[in-house]
Amino acid sequence: MYAYDEIDRTLVNERVSEFRDQVKRRLSGELTEDEFKILRLQNGVYLQLHAYMFRVAIPYGTLASNQLRALAHVARKYDRGYGHFTTRQNIQFNWIKLAELPDALADLAEVGIHAMQTSGNNMRNVTSDQWAGVAPGEIEDPRIWSELIRQHTTLHPEFSFLPRKFKIAITASDHDRAAIKIHDIGLRLIKNEKGETGFEVLVGGGLGRTPFIGKTIKHFVHGRDILSYIEAILRVYNQYGRRDNIYKARIKILVHELGIEKFSREVEEEWQHIRNSSLQIDDEVIEDIRSRFTYPSYEKLPHNPDELRQAAADPDFEAWRKNSVAPHKVQGYSIVTISLKPIGAPPGDATAEQMDALADLADRYSFGEIRVGHEQNLALPHVAKRDLPALWKALDKLGLATPNVNLITDIIACPGLDYCSLANARSIPIAQELTRRFANHELANLIGRLHINISGCINACGHHHVGHIGILGVEKNGEEVYQITIGGRADEGAALGNLIGPGVKFDEVADVVEDVVEAYLALRERPEELFIDTVKRLGVEPFKERVYATR
Amino acid sequence: MPLVNGGKIVDDSFVKLAVDTPLPESGDILVPAERFVGEAEALLKRTGKVGVIWPNNRDIDELVPYLGKVATVALVFPTFRDGRAYSQARLLRERYNYRGDLRATGQILRDQFVFMLRAGFDSFEVKKQADAEAFMQTAKRYSVFYQPTGDGRITALHRRMQLRHSEGVGT
Repeated sequence: MYAYDEIDRTLVNERVSEFRDQVKRRLSGELTEDEFKILRLQNGVYLQLHAYMFRVAIPYGTLASNQLRALAHVARKYDRGYGHFTTRQNIQFNWIKLAELPDALADLAEVGIHAMQTSGNNMRNVTSDQWAGVAPGEIEDPRIWSELIRQHTTLHPEFSFLPRKFKIAITASDHDRAAIKIHDIGLRLIKNEKGETGFEVLVGGGLGRTPFIGKTIKHFVHGRDILSYIEAILRVYNQYGRRDNIYKARIKILVHELGIEKFSREVEEEWQHIRNSSLQIDDEVIEDIRSRFTYPSYEKLPHNPDELRQAAADPDFEAWRKNSVAPHKVQGYSIVTISLKPIGAPPGDATAEQMDALADLADRYSFGEIRVGHEQNLALPHVAKRDLPALWKALDKLGLATPNVNLITDIIACPGLDYCSLANARSIPIAQELTRRFANHELANLIGRLHINISGCINACGHHHVGHIGILGVEKNGEEVYQITIGGRADEGAALGNLIGPGVKFDEVADVVEDVVEAYLALRERPEELFIDTVKRLGVEPFKERVYATR
Repeated sequence: MPLVNGGKIVDDSFVKLAVDTPLPESGDILVPAERFVGEAEALLKRTGKVGVIWPNNRDIDELVPYLGKVATVALVFPTFRDGRAYSQARLLRERYNYRGDLRATGQILRDQFVFMLRAGFDSFEVKKQADAEAFMQTAKRYSVFYQPTGDGRITALHRRMQLRHSEGVGT
């Protein structure tokens, strides 16, 4: 956990008072809606179909229990009793009143939470691996660097009015849970031959209407130079990124149009000017940030405690344990993923009661810490293995023990036409229907790891391009039509999915997905071959043939 | 449109010339970049100060040879969502050591003042009278800063280091 110091607290409070003034000026008519729009977007406030939506940052996906309680409080006091966790470690409230927003922000500021730059054309919430600091084999905790970059990108005087939004993600593990290859800047923490910390820097990844997988711009940037290197990328982008067409304004288009070699030369030239400036960070600065992260005092615990052995007799517990519990770097502990994907419900939603109860469970079982992942699930990062059976029982009572993490019903979906003013089609009802089709755990388990991602428009908030099965809703002649891709992935092997055939109607989507899955079960070489690997081995054609044979 | 300089609303002594306006005999003039580059010698010879309005899509390098001779550089924010001139301002101040007046023009609202001050601007053509009047108050809105820029304000990282060291002395 990172604890704010007086400086961080002061800045967040000053931002709240600035925003209060902006809302006041809007309500008095001093600001036009056009002017206010940019200002509210700088602070996470969108105007949606029915109401204002308020997006709150959960930097690098780390929450303390009192922070989760504050989010529950906002859901209860200012919204309709629930919140929606997004694919970028944010939480959204869908029914907020403009006049009450400053108070909601002030309440969050008390526990060190803000909504700065969660929308708008600026540097967005810095995201990272939700297992940071606890994953076995991790090089070092990427949150130290995430926090350094969070601070550096917050209210940046040069880069708050970029051509378009700008997202940075960091991972320090071989297995990339932060989806860095689909970010504007992706940072992979590595060590050089001297054992010094640095980053492989990727640039120009992103989804939306023109998806690109990020390209490596530099194989090693030393940790002390990372701020100046990011600053150099941003400076080139701020000056040369396109501003004539919103759909071509992301850095991925600039990188694509210039080519990665030319783009990297521009960045290199700029970087040489600024790398030996006050942007250079020494070890002491890093240590200072590190010192404000607190780590649990782990006990020495057995690898396989009695409690766990006894609980193994319960098939329901075992079903949950097998897909929700992951190895921890410390013996005797586990990382527990909490599915926010109950059968038949909107993916990523949590009620105020669930958030409060989960905060209590975090205090009891996870050193008061909760994590948020881009798959729209939560996690308790430090659970003693002996506590797993008790935790499972408690989660089950709260409706938070659906044993479907990484299975076909663990769906990523954007809010879609039910909430969003940009959407062309519904996402949530598609997800709900799919979870019902595959509600049988035996079946889901037989299918194995399979990620379905759903977006209700080309902006791709549901990351459909990188779903093992991707579903994109578009509008055609006044009707919702869904395009289905297979073979996408967001991890270290990131790839964009390929279309398997013509778009289908709303009512047919679940049938087509069932057919795709049936084709996979018939085509896989052995039960251990994952869907994504079968698609990689065989390509789209055999799936297309089977799915579209009777259509 | 009120001009704010040194924190106060002041009279603007500069007259803006279009590309084809006849050159006045005397007085301070602000000239579009295109005309300035073409007629620099003649413009700089006359009495009265000369400033240049530099568009945000024109390379700032081209202006560098004239930086010691102009009285003001006006950078442009066609809309306040277009932030290119922040980079130009920092380059002028921090890379080319421009010490003259740096003016922000275009759609300038109070909500940009702090960013602009940090980027090195010192004059502001403010759209709304109320915003111009609120300048001093708004400029003081933030007391802590995370990024180093040429404005010399101490950053959070450095303040923390100072605190660490001063605490270290006492223990």
